[in-house]
Amino acid sequence: MNALPLALTVFVACAVEAVEALTIVLAAGLTREWRSTFQGMAAALVVLAATVAVLGPALTLVPLTGLRLIVGALLAVFGLQWLRKAILRASGYKDLHDEAAIYARQVAAANAAASGPRRGVRDWYAFTLSFKGVLLEGLEVVFIAITFGDNAGNLGVAAAAAVAAVLVVAVTGIVVRAPLSRVPENTLKFAVGIMLTSFGVFWGAEGAGVSWPGNDAALLAIVPVTALVAVGYVALLRRRRAAARAAAPAVESSAA
Amino acid sequence: MSRWLRSFGAFWYDFVIGDDWRGAAVVAVALALTALLVHAASVNAWWLLPAAVIAALGWSLRRATAGKS
Repeated sequence: MNALPLALTVFVACAVEAVEALTIVLAAGLTREWRSTFQGMAAALVVLAATVAVLGPALTLVPLTGLRLIVGALLAVFGLQWLRKAILRASGYKDLHDEAAIYARQVAAANAAASGPRRGVRDWYAFTLSFKGVLLEGLEVVFIAITFGDNAGNLGVAAAAAVAAVLVVAVTGIVVRAPLSRVPENTLKFAVGIMLTSFGVFWGAEGAGVSWPGNDAALLAIVPVTALVAVGYVALLRRRRAAARAAAPAVESSAA
Repeated sequence: MSRWLRSFGAFWYDFVIGDDWRGAAVVAVALALTALLVHAASVNAWWLLPAAVIAALGWSLRRATAGKS
């Protein structure tokens, strides 16, 4: 696999996760207390580093075919999840992912929660909020970087792209000191869902023993086809939703 | 300990499978069938997984939007 598509895919996917983690960290730090927030973040980073230290070498021990089957299946399932949510959002069946609204909700919850020291941490709420947010989103970053990097045989490029994405988002967050609500997160998630699903299908089938027509070049067909199908589903759902909404007043008026 | 194990399992289930387990089930069955066709019947069934994923996505979306407007 070419290094540029690999780096771009991992960068965008990890940036989306980093934006979500940043929203939670900012909500905890700005409304509660920065020291405990940073402690929570540091604890999560230690757990993530341990995960990478265990998962990285373990993955290299698995034969490539078996690895492609497992990772392909996981990526396809993971990608389907992302794509499903992105399509439901794009067609209006699910609220758009709004970082500003999520930030406001986190701030309200943080303000309402009781504060108190525990286990050497000054504000336990800020610590756990930051820990959970960074760990969960960080796990997704680790999962994407390791699976893509190992399967493509270029762990270095995938890791560099993931680190770059996290750094870019973190530095931007420090500079603007606000949730990155201007990042077109829904569009990015749609694109990432397409990429995850496409690579999952490609590697999963290869792991099951398939020889793709055109070998790696098959991805040049799988990605656009997946995108077309996703856009088609959005159009179909939008039309169905509009028709249902148009029919609803007519039913109400005839009933009256 | 059992509570911790339950929440650990729930976390990974939510992380990988998410809202609809049917998508994961379709992918698993399609991969098993593909492997069977390739290794037992010598059929290069590269088309099976993409078709199954497209169908699973449509099925899941249909279930998620049924009765909603």
